[in-house]
Amino acid sequence: MDGPSTTFSASSTASPPTSPPTSLVAPRLLAVHGHDRSRLLDMLWELQRRHGHLPEAELAALADGLGTTLGDVRQTASFYHLFHLRPAGRHRLYLADTVLARMHGYDHVLAALERETGATLGGVDPTGTFGLFSTPCIGLSDQEPALLVDDLVFARLTPDRVADVIGRIRAGAAPREVANPDGIPTHLREYVDALVETNVRTHGPVFFRPRTDVAAVIREAVALPPEKLRERVSLSGLRGRGGAGFDTGLKWRLCATAPAETRYVVCNADEGEPGTFKDRVLLTRQPELAIAGMVLAAYAVGARHGILYLRGEYAYLRHYLAHQLHLMREQGLLGRDIGGRTGFDFDVRIQLGAGSYVCGEESALLESCEGKRGNPRLKPPFPAQVGFLGHPTIVDNVETFAVVTRVLEEGPEWFSRMGTEDSAGTRLLSVAGDCDLPGVHEVAWGTSLHDVLTLVDAPDAYAVQVSGPAGGCVSVARNGHRRLSYEDLGCNGAFTVFDSSRDLLEVAREHLRFFVGESCGICVPCRAGNPALLDLATRIGEGRADASDLAHVESWAALLRGTSRCGLGVSSSRPLTTTLSDFPELARAAAARSGEQGLLASFDEQAAVAAYGPAAERLVAAREEGAGS
Amino acid sequence: MSITVTVDGVPVTVEEGATVADAATAAGAYVPTLCFHEDHPALGTCRVCAARLDGRVVAACSAEVHDGAEVEVAADDLATMRRQVVGLLFAEGNHVCPSCEKSGRCDLQAVAAETGMLTSEFPYRYPGRETDPGDARIWLARDRCILCQRCVDLVRDDEGRPVFTLTGRGPDTRVELDHATAAGLSDEQVAAAVDLCPVGAILRKGVGYDEPIGARRFDVASVRERALRGERR
Ligand SMILES: Cc1cc2nc3c(=O)[nH]c(=O)nc-3n(C[C@H](O)[C@H](O)[C@H](O)COP(=O)(O)O)c2cc1C
Ligand code: SF4
Ligand code: SF4
Repeated sequence: MDGPSTTFSASSTASPPTSPPTSLVAPRLLAVHGHDRSRLLDMLWELQRRHGHLPEAELAALADGLGTTLGDVRQTASFYHLFHLRPAGRHRLYLADTVLARMHGYDHVLAALERETGATLGGVDPTGTFGLFSTPCIGLSDQEPALLVDDLVFARLTPDRVADVIGRIRAGAAPREVANPDGIPTHLREYVDALVETNVRTHGPVFFRPRTDVAAVIREAVALPPEKLRERVSLSGLRGRGGAGFDTGLKWRLCATAPAETRYVVCNADEGEPGTFKDRVLLTRQPELAIAGMVLAAYAVGARHGILYLRGEYAYLRHYLAHQLHLMREQGLLGRDIGGRTGFDFDVRIQLGAGSYVCGEESALLESCEGKRGNPRLKPPFPAQVGFLGHPTIVDNVETFAVVTRVLEEGPEWFSRMGTEDSAGTRLLSVAGDCDLPGVHEVAWGTSLHDVLTLVDAPDAYAVQVSGPAGGCVSVARNGHRRLSYEDLGCNGAFTVFDSSRDLLEVAREHLRFFVGESCGICVPCRAGNPALLDLATRIGEGRADASDLAHVESWAALLRGTSRCGLGVSSSRPLTTTLSDFPELARAAAARSGEQGLLASFDEQAAVAAYGPAAERLVAAREEGAGS
Repeated sequence: MSITVTVDGVPVTVEEGATVADAATAAGAYVPTLCFHEDHPALGTCRVCAARLDGRVVAACSAEVHDGAEVEVAADDLATMRRQVVGLLFAEGNHVCPSCEKSGRCDLQAVAAETGMLTSEFPYRYPGRETDPGDARIWLARDRCILCQRCVDLVRDDEGRPVFTLTGRGPDTRVELDHATAAGLSDEQVAAAVDLCPVGAILRKGVGYDEPIGARRFDVASVRERALRGERR
């Protein structure tokens, strides 16, 4: 996302696009994608791969070909922070700026990147080789600091490694040669493994077991009537793994019974919640489970088309996943007459996102699939009733689809026997932070926080960020007995451990900063309220809060919670409110300091004093200049 | 089909499919709105119409009531939220009513008065928001834009193409005018766009004080009176 342009836009309209490149790529892309607006993100990606950014002449050509305006195309392009409307370097580097990266040497790695590339954060080096940007969590919490370079990724960075990687690119190596020196084909799992670790720590009852015969599962399932299949999913008690915990069987029924000719199945692999990476691991180790789950859903609701929405940060999985789809097609598990069932046709395409957390919200995700900004829709209607291009659509998380496959393999009773009354089965946790066994763990619902901490070897745990920034910061001392479950402590899979050396108010502030940057910006409380909350968190963290600031926390949080249009704004105040409520000692300390505050909270003493020097210099300089003339 | 709901305890009858705002109006309870326009589907962007439906805070413009629903409008916490949303809008933009051509016919100004928003409790941010003066007929004053999206969603040229769009996201979101497309609008379409904007962000160049002070929309009837007559434009 580029900043606001610095000139009035009058000139750009009357004159024709400035010096168009000799041959435009846009017309070919339009032809390839059948002038289909819903493929706009794909076309933008292709343009950016070609040019390093999105030249206006190409966008204008796309607009023409799609029967819309340049403004409309820019409206989409400017929403996603991995797209660049202005030149952004031959190679675009995105360093993940996360709480965990900051715990593991982010500052040193950033300094090394700036030194080695010659670019300052947010800019391009003078030779135009490297653009250096920061980005929120890229799903590698257990191996930070991590850096995206174009479609590639480098994890566990150190300043030395940065010097080595950048040095070799400078010397003429392509980033892919540096990341993948053995030249492993990009569609193989070995390629993914060469780039990142997939740390699977437990082999629970559901996942990472000996290979499931998905062909057999699908064949058996499509022999049943669709409503029977839905019934089995319902019987299992499965609830969505993406966060909201909606009854999966019920969602499928709503979709199947919505009056329509066309239906869609969408797999949500946006995995944007900072701290979570289990979908990446699942897609790497057992992609067939998730894809088979989509096939089963398609059969259950009567869909012919599916979309796997893969976050742009996971672009390095794209060829691998496309190959998995290809293998399934070869086995007759995608395509026509699937599983031997005449007339059951279904296929899946991969839609690559382009950097936007809110696009994980199901209706924003559908907007994005339609080639638009990721603005969450008003609900109701829900996607199961009115979804992709207006058709009833199932949107489910990667893990949800994968569980469905296992449920149909082992039977609903097998699944519902595990877990608790309202939370059947197990769930994957993305564990990171101050513990000895970071990675993916499978635990039965109902496991206590204490037990998870023992499992992941975190004896010094002081706080756990459960469900990422949108969840809550939980005190181990006060609430370690609480159980992961919908009845007690809900969990979307993110499980980030902090020991007592960590500054939790700083963590809260970083999380608020994340929400400010990821708000879609269309509703007032979230767009304008989160910056106000961030200011509050900053003042509290710096010990500059006064009594009115502390009084505002709950009131402003209630405003965002109550009035925001989507879940982002509904939960964005939680980093601050849960930290203060679960760690009253931090709140008390802030209150005590506020009592000592004789100054207005908005008065920044440091800044005021810092401004004195330059101001005095300017005065002196002005006087000398006056005396000289 | 008619259904019965209560609004702050008062039973009223409305048609099925009615929104919380419709029910409130039927009961004579004022709910402010900014982005909602009576001729169009709800946009649901401003969130100023906070009300409670069966115990949950909802946007009154778009949440539908059902038979037996309990609607709350008057509660203090709801009034606070509505005032706070207006306060956020004043804090995030640059609204200087005395120097604005739209004063007296601006929804934001009128709703601020009705909700008691005299000064914002949120720190004023004084953002740098560029004006776009470059169109032949439209003056786009972003200082006053509340990003309601009326222009974005509702203004179309004769070929159905959007004229106003957004760029960026979060606090950097801003409204854009596609000059090439705007050039194809008729004078009537431009006037309609100016009228559609609830604040003074879209103005017609070369026209000032076409409605005299004292005769302007909210000089004649307050935003509350209009809303209670069902006029929300
Ligand atoms: C701001 C926001 C971000 C979200 N991000 C994701 C995500 O990355 N992955 C996901 O599966 N669900 C995400 N969700 C939840 C989805 O909206 C939706 O509930 C989910 O995809 C439904 O699938 P499920 O029923 O299988 O959980 C997000 C929700 C919100 C409000
Ligand atoms: S809550 Fe935030 S992300 Fe969600 S619609 Fe509102 S502005 Fe967009
Ligand atoms: S210019 Fe006016 S109509 Fe358009 S978004 Fe801004 S306030 Fe709304």
